[in-house]
Amino acid sequence: MAKKLMKGSEAIGEAAVQAGCHLFFGYPITPQNEIPEYLSSRLPQVGGTFVQAESEVASINMLYGAAGAGERVMTSSSSPGISLMAEGISYCAGAKLPVVIVNIMRAGPGLGGILPAQADYFQATKGLAHGDFRVLVLAPWSIQEAADLVQDAFDLADYYRNPVMVVGDGLIGQMMEPVEFYEDRKPIKELPPKTWASTGWKRDRPKAIINSLFLDPAELEQHNFDLKKKYDLMERDEVRFATYGSVDSADVVIIAYGTVARVCLSAIEALEEDGIKVAMVRPITLWPYPYEAVREVAAKAKDILVVELSTGQMIEDVRLALQRPRPIHFHCRLGGMLVSPEEVIAKVKAIKAGESEAMHYA
Amino acid sequence: MPEAVFVRPDSLTDVQTHYCPGCTHGIIHRLVAEVIDELGIRDRTVGIAPVGCSVLAYNYFDCDFHEAAHGRAPAVATGIKRARPDLAVFAYQGDGDLASIGMAEIVHCANRGEKVTVVFVNNAIYGMTGGQMAPTTMPGQSATTCQMGRDVELAGYPIRVAELISTLRTPAFVARASSHSPLAAVNAKEMLRRAFKYQVEGRCFSMVEILSTCPTNWGLTPAESTKWLEKTMLPYYPLGVFKTPDGDDRAPLPRKP
Repeated sequence: MAKKLMKGSEAIGEAAVQAGCHLFFGYPITPQNEIPEYLSSRLPQVGGTFVQAESEVASINMLYGAAGAGERVMTSSSSPGISLMAEGISYCAGAKLPVVIVNIMRAGPGLGGILPAQADYFQATKGLAHGDFRVLVLAPWSIQEAADLVQDAFDLADYYRNPVMVVGDGLIGQMMEPVEFYEDRKPIKELPPKTWASTGWKRDRPKAIINSLFLDPAELEQHNFDLKKKYDLMERDEVRFATYGSVDSADVVIIAYGTVARVCLSAIEALEEDGIKVAMVRPITLWPYPYEAVREVAAKAKDILVVELSTGQMIEDVRLALQRPRPIHFHCRLGGMLVSPEEVIAKVKAIKAGESEAMHYA
Repeated sequence: MPEAVFVRPDSLTDVQTHYCPGCTHGIIHRLVAEVIDELGIRDRTVGIAPVGCSVLAYNYFDCDFHEAAHGRAPAVATGIKRARPDLAVFAYQGDGDLASIGMAEIVHCANRGEKVTVVFVNNAIYGMTGGQMAPTTMPGQSATTCQMGRDVELAGYPIRVAELISTLRTPAFVARASSHSPLAAVNAKEMLRRAFKYQVEGRCFSMVEILSTCPTNWGLTPAESTKWLEKTMLPYYPLGVFKTPDGDDRAPLPRKP
């Protein structure tokens, strides 16, 4: 398929269709409405179903039903809507259901604003909802990568029988860029048939019970251990990241993800022209986090700079990655304000000149 | 060999339930199972259990099942049915689940006209959590969170769900039956049969509210509970068919149980 200029939201919707997702349930919220709008007209063309649910709470429970019945299914929302879905995502994780959730993050807390932010990092990677569970979190930095990761998300969800979340900020939803869909795309995992799904029981397999309730504590403990084994496999096999610049001898290494990393890359190119060597590690999976990659590049760099559209959430994972007390410099914009390349350039120069106050983690 | 004249429906499992003595969940399970058997749809039926006393219904019905979050069964039913329209999908919900926390889901599921069946068991109390006031608790009825009896000045009047759902314009089959006597149960089965039939024919959303007793949390014997339901609930929750799809006559109102 030839490259096509697409808005991020539409590319995300089309990627789901290309991945064989024929069911979408969602509730309107800015700034991601173009995803459901696109799919409401696109899905009927492929015999699929779009339902505008009465709430995000209902949406995620519709996913629970559709995924339990063995079909690929997706929803999309933005920060406050994801909070409303949190309970249902926990149920999906507990019942081992493959669902794909797109969060086009906006600034918070509360109603916050409708402009881009990365303030839901903790929510996505650490404390999405009650109970001991994890979701795979993929963070694209371009529209092409968003389209690719959404397709991968369905394979990963099916393979691990686990929710997968794709997080972008408002820029990913609103930007237009050339996107290519590959007609001969193969699943990135070998996927067994869904014999566990509730498809009507002809007594030719065990009865399907889609459930997260275990009243026997010993049984629930075993269930939790089984889930943990799955999360361990994800941590071993699914870490994704990209590195840029002078990774072997940087004056400063930047850690950033999503569209912020693109802004930082522009800054890196300008700084290199000025003879300042800067590297960058860009986590593509926010969970599992690329701890080793961050540790290795940081070990070879004089200084570390974390750039985020939050008051400092991913920086806690950087600190974990370093495994020893070390100053970390931090730059952020909040509330829907964006980081500019000039700000990053100024920050790196200030670090070089010893004029940036680092955050010290002991 | 003598002929077996009373056997367990194929759609029920051979296990002891956890329901209290005098509770009519067991009767209602059986009625639903008999209807599924008689329509010959067991192997393409998927049920949805609620949170509440019937949370373990997946152990009692011998078909594929989902256990839903509290109140969300109609949303889960929507997901299953939209994913696989060939399935017969039923949600089995209590009054706390459906009429309180799940009110949005039931109203919108009915209003979209999802081709699913909801069995709504109304025993006027939260059973599983230990007898708290429900939206369906009767005026003056005592519960652990209204120990002097439901004060309608503070808590409003009980919600009549069947009537409420029947105000929606979207075609549907909505009925209320009861389970407190053999005759009432026979009538309840007929309502369930119609509800499932409408779904299987792809015609409309269907919901049957079934009045039920809860001797444990009402603090009454099973026999007293039956009388209390008759005396207190029946006048407020009249039995009958409240809505049928366009063009279908309402069946004659059920005989007085």
